Amino acid sequence: MAQSVTSMDTRHEAHHDTFKLLGFWIFLVTDCIIFACLFAVYAVLRTHTDGDLTGHELFEVKGFTAETFILLASSFTSGLASLAMHKGNKKQLMAWLAVTVLLGMSFVGLEITEFAKMAAEGATISTNAFLSSFFTLVGTHGLHVTFGLIWMIGVMVQIGRHGIDHLTKEKVTIVGLYWHFLDVVWIFIFTVVYLLGVM
Amino acid sequence: MADKAKGFFVTGDPLIYGADVAIVITLLGILVFLTFFKKWGWLWREWLTTVDHKKIGIMYLVSSLLMLFRGGVDALLMRMQLAFPNSHFLDSQHYNEIFTTHGTIMILFMAMPFMFALFNIVVPLQLGARDVAYPFLNALSFWLFFFGAMLFNLSFVVGGSPDAGWLSYPPLSELAGSPGPGQNFYIWGIQISGIGSLATGINFLVTILKMRAPGMKLMKMPLFSWSVLASCITIIFAFPVLTVTLALLFVDRFFGAHIFTATGGGNPMMYVNLIWMWGHPEVYIVVLPAFGIYSEVVSTFSKKKIFGYKSMVFSMMIISVLSYFTWVHHFFTMGAGADVNTFFAITTMAIGIPTGVKVFNWLFTMFRGRISMTQPMLWTLAFIPCFVVGGATGVMLAVAPADYQYHNSYFLIAHFHQVLIGGVVFGYLAGLYYWWPKMFGFKLNDRLGKWAFWTWNIGFYVCFMPQYALGFMGMTRRVYTYGWDMGWAPYNLVSTGGAFLMGIGFVFQVWQILYSIKNGERDLTGDPWNGRTLEWSIPSPAPLYNFAHIPKVRSDDAWWDMKEHKHGAASEKENKEFEPIHMPKNSGIPFFMAACWFVAGFGLTFEWVWVGIAGLAGVAICLLARSFQRKTDYYIPVDEIKRTEASLGRVV
Repeated sequence: MAQSVTSMDTRHEAHHDTFKLLGFWIFLVTDCIIFACLFAVYAVLRTHTDGDLTGHELFEVKGFTAETFILLASSFTSGLASLAMHKGNKKQLMAWLAVTVLLGMSFVGLEITEFAKMAAEGATISTNAFLSSFFTLVGTHGLHVTFGLIWMIGVMVQIGRHGIDHLTKEKVTIVGLYWHFLDVVWIFIFTVVYLLGVM
Repeated sequence: MADKAKGFFVTGDPLIYGADVAIVITLLGILVFLTFFKKWGWLWREWLTTVDHKKIGIMYLVSSLLMLFRGGVDALLMRMQLAFPNSHFLDSQHYNEIFTTHGTIMILFMAMPFMFALFNIVVPLQLGARDVAYPFLNALSFWLFFFGAMLFNLSFVVGGSPDAGWLSYPPLSELAGSPGPGQNFYIWGIQISGIGSLATGINFLVTILKMRAPGMKLMKMPLFSWSVLASCITIIFAFPVLTVTLALLFVDRFFGAHIFTATGGGNPMMYVNLIWMWGHPEVYIVVLPAFGIYSEVVSTFSKKKIFGYKSMVFSMMIISVLSYFTWVHHFFTMGAGADVNTFFAITTMAIGIPTGVKVFNWLFTMFRGRISMTQPMLWTLAFIPCFVVGGATGVMLAVAPADYQYHNSYFLIAHFHQVLIGGVVFGYLAGLYYWWPKMFGFKLNDRLGKWAFWTWNIGFYVCFMPQYALGFMGMTRRVYTYGWDMGWAPYNLVSTGGAFLMGIGFVFQVWQILYSIKNGERDLTGDPWNGRTLEWSIPSPAPLYNFAHIPKVRSDDAWWDMKEHKHGAASEKENKEFEPIHMPKNSGIPFFMAACWFVAGFGLTFEWVWVGIAGLAGVAICLLARSFQRKTDYYIPVDEIKRTEASLGRVV
């Protein structure tokens, strides 16, 4: 019995890694549902233009293709960061995280430019139902990316302070998971919103 | 300045002035009490910063009982207004506000926290665990609920209450239909507490999957924990939908978007679909744990293993899945067509099957059992006929063509109060009486409890049975006054009488609690009911670390098995060495983070953008501060465990 107590106790300490990862996966499920609802709303409203601007007139292939490549690249570099972490190479880890953050920032920058341009053409969130659902869906993704950027910078500061230990490892893994998730969501936005929109 | 204040504070109604005075006096009273008895430090260290699941549970419980009082007063005000025809007790606007807050508070700020209270108090103890999976997140969930509820309740005296119904359908809830801050209070109050509920769902799912004592396979887990698992899965899939729906409504109101508006291409029916995709599973979220409680109570007080354990588990899982395929039955009249209505009519009726299985299992558990008529058992017995009638009227409503007739009538009101009071409230009260000794170390007085039981029950039938008839007589919900010529007067008067009887029942319960704090029968054994599950194997109230030794489970009804075969904690000979126990440290961050959410919600409610942004920035700072903390745990040394256990009479 004493044996079992000890094993339980070590389990309790070790649980931080496995528990947090499992919990975060479940959180991602809930985030998936949030995006699923927003996609459903968009699917219903994408033709509800109230006689005003449509996606076909507004979306620019060059812009959203660039955004897509940049975000996909950032997902790749965040993968490289986690490889570097598993090798225990702090410098490489920091470098790849920095590249990921820079790519993420340029994605957000491009998105803001795109939104501003649309607004200048008179296409705002209050123009019609199609644009309301467009800005809500794409904007929610953009907010997620922005939040991820702040988070990733926070993790970088902690790696700078403490190096690679079990706590920072866990944080890099989880923020990486989050980042890949945003990439997957974007692929759906790319297809459902932009490709179907310009067709 | 005076004009500004006039727009800010709710004015012009003597009832509200009375409430203003009551709030100020209560707050002053609390402040003076805390200062005079020098309790600030105690409050902060023991409660506001705690991550102990048992204390969090008690805080949930206190808040939900307060909200039961507020929601109950709303109900009585409505019943007073409807008692007589052509009544002018409340004006129509005030009546709208009251039915909106009554519904919202009872479901989201009474039933949900009551349920979370029982989750927190019971689940880790039943699993043989020392804590939940994420203690910090657990504290955060509570404070999010608390500040969300406070924000919602603030609308009563500041800015004005929401008035678009408890689910706030557009276009009523859009800016054009509800100008002013009331509707924003609704959105942010629920949004903030909803985030907490979602986190609780994740927390307890992981706790149940990962923290069971060695030997407790899933199919040996107590049924209450199973019901929590089913409920948490439903929370995880339902609450994100609520988050989106409220966010979209806010986008409409704040940015002038056209998602649910009747103009600009928006679609109001989409809101109704979305909100019920959350709303219907929500009723199963709150009733499933009640089913778990009935299972524990029936088995304990019949001195028998539960009948049909496996079918109990399967029926709960089936209910949690089916609950997602019923939402359209709330609006058969939408015009979706016969095929869609047929599908949802059948799925709705199908839910009756697993529920019926459970009712038979409870009855068969009692059959030839040695039944003791304790308070938890009384409430369970009262639940069965009540829920059966409620279920039958539910099937009547599920018949789509007939629903065209009952739709939005008092028949519906009677039905859902019957399942929600008879199923959920009776269940939680049974759970409250059952686990009360575990929480506080004494039993609640029996005689006062019986008074409460009978006034509640008789009051219930007197209140709601006439409402079925009123529904058939053509009285619709949300009417605030009616004429003598309708013939509704006698039924309404009787119904109001019943509501007041239930109110008296609540007063008896408060009296019962106050009386028992002083005179209640103390529980020194930790096992006052001769229980079957692990929470009864430890002292009442449980020590900080719950289990000095993590129990080893050999069968279901683990504690009963230990007592029968004299092994584990039930064995006298057991004198094992203690090990230091790993525990999470207290933290003030959950309190501050939720307070920042409150500031953000308040700012956005009044469209004071900078206050909103400042609040959200505070939330971000709290998140970062937590992320940067490294030492969040500590060990309880062996000496301290020995001292604690000795003082509880557990070590020779």
